[in-house]
Amino acid sequence: MSERFTKGMARNIYYGGSVFFFMIFLALTFHTTKEMPSRDNRQNITESVERGKHLWEVNNCIGCHSLIGEGAYFAPELGNVFNRRGGEAGFKMFFKGWMNAQPLNIPGRRQMPNFHLNDQEIDDLAEFLKWTSEMEVNNWPPNIEG
Amino acid sequence: MSTLKYQSQAVAKPYFVFALILFVGQILFGLIMGLQYVVGDFLAGAIPFNVARMVHTNLLIVWLLFGFMGSAYYLVPDEAETELYSPKLAIILFWIFAAAGVATILGYLLVPYSTLAEFTLNELWPTMGREFLEQPTITKLGIVIVCLGFLFNLGMTILKGRKTAINMVLMTGLIGLAVFFLFAFYNPVNLALDKLFWWFVVHLWVEGVWELIMGAILAYVLIKITGVDREVIEKWLYVIIAMALISGILGTGHHFYWLATPEYWQWVGSIFSAIEPLPFFAMVLYAFNMINRRRREHPNKAATLWALGTAVMAFLGAGVWGFLHTLSPVNYYTHGSQITAAHGHMAFYGAYAMIVMTIISFAMPKLRGIGEANCNRAQVREMWGFWLMTVAMVFITLFLTGAGVLQVWLQRIPESGEALSFMATQDKLTIFYWLREAAGVVFMFGLIAYISSFWVKEKTA
Repeated sequence: MSERFTKGMARNIYYGGSVFFFMIFLALTFHTTKEMPSRDNRQNITESVERGKHLWEVNNCIGCHSLIGEGAYFAPELGNVFNRRGGEAGFKMFFKGWMNAQPLNIPGRRQMPNFHLNDQEIDDLAEFLKWTSEMEVNNWPPNIEG
Repeated sequence: MSTLKYQSQAVAKPYFVFALILFVGQILFGLIMGLQYVVGDFLAGAIPFNVARMVHTNLLIVWLLFGFMGSAYYLVPDEAETELYSPKLAIILFWIFAAAGVATILGYLLVPYSTLAEFTLNELWPTMGREFLEQPTITKLGIVIVCLGFLFNLGMTILKGRKTAINMVLMTGLIGLAVFFLFAFYNPVNLALDKLFWWFVVHLWVEGVWELIMGAILAYVLIKITGVDREVIEKWLYVIIAMALISGILGTGHHFYWLATPEYWQWVGSIFSAIEPLPFFAMVLYAFNMINRRRREHPNKAATLWALGTAVMAFLGAGVWGFLHTLSPVNYYTHGSQITAAHGHMAFYGAYAMIVMTIISFAMPKLRGIGEANCNRAQVREMWGFWLMTVAMVFITLFLTGAGVLQVWLQRIPESGEALSFMATQDKLTIFYWLREAAGVVFMFGLIAYISSFWVKEKTA
């Protein structure tokens, strides 16, 4: 680097640049949080959805599955599983059957544990997944398979 | 006989040793998971995949934190030209952090996660069950306390000593690390907000403040092994981290594409994260440039190799593999696929695992009283470790990328109805997963060679 470009100038670019862009980031984040209520489906968060999210967390579902693309990539995406597995008409029935059938014990197949949830808990988790599927996330995923 | 300039630098040693022990654990669990990808029911009862993954990723984070702390305890006194404010505090914090870390990992392994949540009173302040932030709330509090004590100790050391650019940049990075970790305690019911601020920890760590830490450590090692003028090296350091933060902060936008967020993030995220490879490319130029302009022949060839290696691998893993899927129209198809996994592996290894091994390589001979460098035989063994691990990681990344491309092709690109399901797609990827596992085994051999190099002595005639 040329001698005319001094360490002091580099330092000023570092401090000035990072503070400037961090401010922009904070401003955009603030604006985003103002815009989110019209997209994130928060008006439909019921107590059941809230309990469902908690169950999602304390059973570490994210350790195998992804939820809207984030998480582990070992098991299917669940952000849109409500639509993939029956929707309004059939999801809850499918889901209850599925949870109770675990572990499937098919030799060599990736195996989901049984988390010993009761009917109420399974219903809460289903409500959480239904709510999640109704978030407006810029049309992701590209197709129903997630 | 001590070969340290400041005796208190010695507190770095347990941090480095423990970091490497955890690193071995991380790779063991990686191999278990890799096998579960192809033999789905392998150990499914004893160590379900979600547990193995949590152990794998948490060990990674914790060993890197131990590595960063060890690095700071080693280099801050040297840069400040004064003894560490309180070596005793550093040792106490080591034991607290090590005990909390081990207890947490044992908790993951020995009881079901929901039981762990119950035992640790997650109900009172639920923060568990989110990717990478799986630690019980009490462990998170412990991390905060350890970080505060650590920053206090370093801060007091720097205040009474010389304030070099390296020390200031390292401190900024470490303070940022502690501050952004606080977002781990914010877990709103609304998943969209939860995710938005979760990235304040995850992204602003690895694509923000951790780059400052990496830059500072690399600059320190380069000054030491090349003897190039500090003014030159620190100027480069500022330029690199300026580029890193200017691109990386708004680059957070590449995580806000599919998140109940306004569309402008598609533009902001794409444009700024497309610049993110630049600081890493500059780091490659800088590392090679400084070593070419060296004014001394440092006897520690292994440390030099690590310093060059971390720059190159960080550029490939974080820069190139990050760019591969960062543009919003591409990310629409690749988000949450094996391409993400490929990028994650090489980026973490190249930027963070390797920078920690760079300073360990440089500092350990001094910490162990051996001198400037290990004997030639030990260095050769260490370099075997370097090449085996690094080449294995390149192949792990290539195989996961192959799996990812095929996954996107089969599962994401076709219309609904024609696309293969997730599980059907996974069956088609088996060959890539087997090859990845084989590369993982080679990585383990490399790690064994690396660890064993600490015991290699010069042949006595």
